[in-house]
Amino acid sequence: MSYTGTFRIWRGDADGGALADFRVEVNEGEVVLDVLHRLQATQAPDLAVRWNCKAGKCGSCSAEINGKPRLLCMTRMSVFERDDVVTVTPMRTFPVIRDLVTDVSFNYAKAREIPSFTPPADLAPGEYRMAQVDVNRSQEFRKCIECYLCQDTCHVVRDHEENKESFAGPRFLMRIAELEMHPLDVADRVPAAQEEHGLGRCNITKCCTDVCPEGIKITDNALIPMKERVADRRYDPLVWLGRTISRRRG
Amino acid sequence: MTEIERHDYDVLVIGAGGAGLRAAIEARERGLRTAIVCKSLFGKAHTVMAEGGCAAAMGNVNENDSWQVHFRDTMRGGKFLNNWRMAELHAKEAPDRVWELETYGALFDRTKDGRISQRHFGGHTYPRLAHVGDRTGLELLRTMQQRIVALQQDDFAETGDYEARLRVFAECTVTELLKDPAVGPDGAIAGALGYWRESGRLVVFSAPAVVLATGGIGKSFQVTSNSWEYTGDGHALALRVGADLVDMEFVQFHPTGMVWPPSVKGILVTEGVRGDGGVLKNSDGKRFMFDYVPDVFKGQYAQTEDEADRWYDDQESNRRTPDLLPRDEVARAINTEVKEGRGSPHGGVYLDIASRMPAEEIKRRLPSMYHQFKELADVDITAEPMEVGPTCHYVMGGIQVDPDTGQSRVPGLFAAGECAGGMHGSNRLGGNSLSDLLVFGRRAGLGAADYVVGLERRPAVQAADVDAAAVLTLAPFDAPAHGGPDDAENPYTLHAELQRMMNDLVGIIRTETEVAEAQRRLGELRARVGHVFVEGHRQYNPGWHLALDLRNMLMVSEAVAASALLRTESRGGHTREDHPGLDPEWRHRVLVTRRARDGADSTDGAESEQVVPRVVVEPAERVPMRADLLALFDLTELEKYYTDAELAEHPGRPADPGRPADPVGGTA
Ligand SMILES: Cc1cc2nc3c(=O)[nH]c(=O)nc-3n(C[C@H](O)[C@H](O)[C@H](O)COP(=O)(O)OP(=O)(O)OC[C@H]3O[C@@H](n4cnc5c(N)ncnc54)[C@H](O)[C@@H]3O)c2cc1C
Ligand code: SF4
Ligand code: SF4
Ligand code: FES
Repeated sequence: MSYTGTFRIWRGDADGGALADFRVEVNEGEVVLDVLHRLQATQAPDLAVRWNCKAGKCGSCSAEINGKPRLLCMTRMSVFERDDVVTVTPMRTFPVIRDLVTDVSFNYAKAREIPSFTPPADLAPGEYRMAQVDVNRSQEFRKCIECYLCQDTCHVVRDHEENKESFAGPRFLMRIAELEMHPLDVADRVPAAQEEHGLGRCNITKCCTDVCPEGIKITDNALIPMKERVADRRYDPLVWLGRTISRRRG
Repeated sequence: MTEIERHDYDVLVIGAGGAGLRAAIEARERGLRTAIVCKSLFGKAHTVMAEGGCAAAMGNVNENDSWQVHFRDTMRGGKFLNNWRMAELHAKEAPDRVWELETYGALFDRTKDGRISQRHFGGHTYPRLAHVGDRTGLELLRTMQQRIVALQQDDFAETGDYEARLRVFAECTVTELLKDPAVGPDGAIAGALGYWRESGRLVVFSAPAVVLATGGIGKSFQVTSNSWEYTGDGHALALRVGADLVDMEFVQFHPTGMVWPPSVKGILVTEGVRGDGGVLKNSDGKRFMFDYVPDVFKGQYAQTEDEADRWYDDQESNRRTPDLLPRDEVARAINTEVKEGRGSPHGGVYLDIASRMPAEEIKRRLPSMYHQFKELADVDITAEPMEVGPTCHYVMGGIQVDPDTGQSRVPGLFAAGECAGGMHGSNRLGGNSLSDLLVFGRRAGLGAADYVVGLERRPAVQAADVDAAAVLTLAPFDAPAHGGPDDAENPYTLHAELQRMMNDLVGIIRTETEVAEAQRRLGELRARVGHVFVEGHRQYNPGWHLALDLRNMLMVSEAVAASALLRTESRGGHTREDHPGLDPEWRHRVLVTRRARDGADSTDGAESEQVVPRVVVEPAERVPMRADLLALFDLTELEKYYTDAELAEHPGRPADPGRPADPVGGTA
């Protein structure tokens, strides 16, 4: 059942690097991360790769396999032919630290910029009542394991470093949607989604949805509904007027 | 030595899982400057893996539930070895801690009337586990992560700096705790030394209070549901500075881990599968758990398949299915079935949910299980049974702490979560860990805050200690002092040997000969670990990281083996084939692990003992349970566990020894 596979792995650091070829044993039922671990144990003890749960639950092991953003621990070797060369490279959108490990601090910075859950002031703990149907949508978004593969793949930032400042990326636009759809949240993040977090830059290509390992319908269920909410505000003259006035005052 | 990066905080929390985050929230809300240090990225801690739920007697689904029933279930699950004060606080406070999460933004699954839904789990009398599908841990961790962000946003609004009072140091590993010997008779905590995984550079934290929340030890075993983080760091760090561990012989093997393919062996299959109706079957298609109800639980579990099936809908007039016996019982039963030749093709048994409910229902209730089997094993759990077998899952043993404040015997050193001991006795009930993290995480944060506020003088980190800790941390880069380069040990090889040995010799079933053999081999590994040599540089070097973690795994494994050898009985997560029964004389005794003292414990002062200090395990008496708590149990039940002398004070005793005392809150 075992065979020797060929892997081409990017090795290097912030100053540069190159692809290195390895021949390594592959066994039945293994995932790419198993093979990388075997490489560490036998040929490349200092090969840097980030991982944690090895069960698709923590979102640590994100990288690009043959150019496609994927979780290393959920990519089975059986999807490749035995003589395929499997190329593993770090996520391209984020700066490399070493080998397959990237600096994902961009995401933590964006997370901080989104106003947090804001419950009604008069609701005591234990008194929260919400119907299952009303929490389903936000629960879908809360399945997110923060692997940042959607952030990695979105073309708005993938090839445009300069856009990072003004674009939160699909994961955090979805976080805004999650809070907006929370049945008890009382804050309003709709204007900020458009003006500060770059919702308008998304042109609904759905690439983010395609790579999400949790199968979250980011574009259809989060981004498009948020765009509709923005549009509704724009065309609602009263809201428009109210906002213009408060903005002038501020 | 080059200048080391330094930080100063009031409270240093080591660990960013549920316990650490809850502790940090509490300390920060009390106004203290708080730092969180963790080995992986923020939001990735092991807690994200928890699936089934968080136990709290809210009574949303069955209003007969109460803290008393939860307390009794917890004590029974732990075979009356639990620290009863912890079990009491836990049962009383868990509901408030869960409700509090809703105010942080958590979205649990709902009941029809809009409250938090609760599911069945092994050993819990009523449906008690708050959950979100089968990703409850993720919800808990993300909620608290987001709460921390919210607190940082408050600080930003006030000071212009997100990190003014609460900062997360992610991918930073602590390797040594530092004390100030001049404070108090035995010194007090002064800080910690660690390294950034990213750069390999060292960092020193000065902090009068340290909360350890580092999780478990499962990576010392070959087949485990645990992630790489579970190397027992907190256990070892605490021992090194003089704190005690308790109950280290009790290691929980979860009955249902994946068994195939080999590369995923050990990955957890949530107990929620059984809680929601899944049943265990052997290769004859027989639901074998009916044959394994032990005497102490006789009468509490269904005796026929019909009754067991009716129980899911009507718990008042039926008894629960033995598929939901406490984990130790189920794990041993599976072990026996496999040993006696009634296992599945890959050495497990079958877990069948496919024939029990419609495919859509399975996908809705257990989405991650569906996904996990589909992706990793090519098995469609809505159409065929899963193959499952025991996997090392949780350590009941841990740092001995004061139940109310979380403080260890070392002033300023606190612990909470899986790395703390006592709460779960000899066996943890499913769902009782997530609630433990919340209850005792908060209490440790509070305990640390009060301690710091009450200090007269801040302990100071000693320069010499920092230098010594730095040398020890960087030692794996030095070529071995003795022998040639051929003597250099590879950390990956040593780790694999340790895991195999612990799995085989100190695993689910133990004997005196095997455990003694394990101790001998641990001695060999201890000698070799000093020769570990790693290649490459300090920047994100996994070989070096493992070399350091290995020392902790070794120290903890010695504690487990020494404790397992001493306890000559079988109870919960400790099964001695050569001592198969419960022994009441062991119930009131606790095995305490401490670091060997130079000279006094006749250590030879060898070089390897700096790297991995030796440990000593000794029995001590447990504090007897408070009378009002003891009175919550029927005398007849207690008699199965307690010695006669211990029960002399029980209210049921003098009046009429034959009759059970008045039970509180309904019987199980
Ligand atoms: C697959 C699985 C499913 C489970 N399901 C359930 C369930 O349904 N219900 C339930 O109640 N329990 C469940 N458990 C158990 C429960 O998840 C754990 O016991 C619990 O999450 C432990 O939390 P913790 O806060 O103690 O530690 P963790 O969440 O493990 O966090 C430990 C933290 O410490 C850090 N750390 C460790 N060492 C160091 C160091 N040297 N320096 C710096 N940082 C360090 C780590 O980086 C991490 O951040 C499950 C466990 C597993 C493995
Ligand atoms: S749908 Fe929008 S957010 Fe998603 S990848 Fe495309 S542009 Fe980016
Ligand atoms: S939305 Fe999906 S792809 Fe994006 S970070 Fe979350 S889990 Fe990953
Ligand atoms: S290691 Fe956790 S998702 Fe891959």
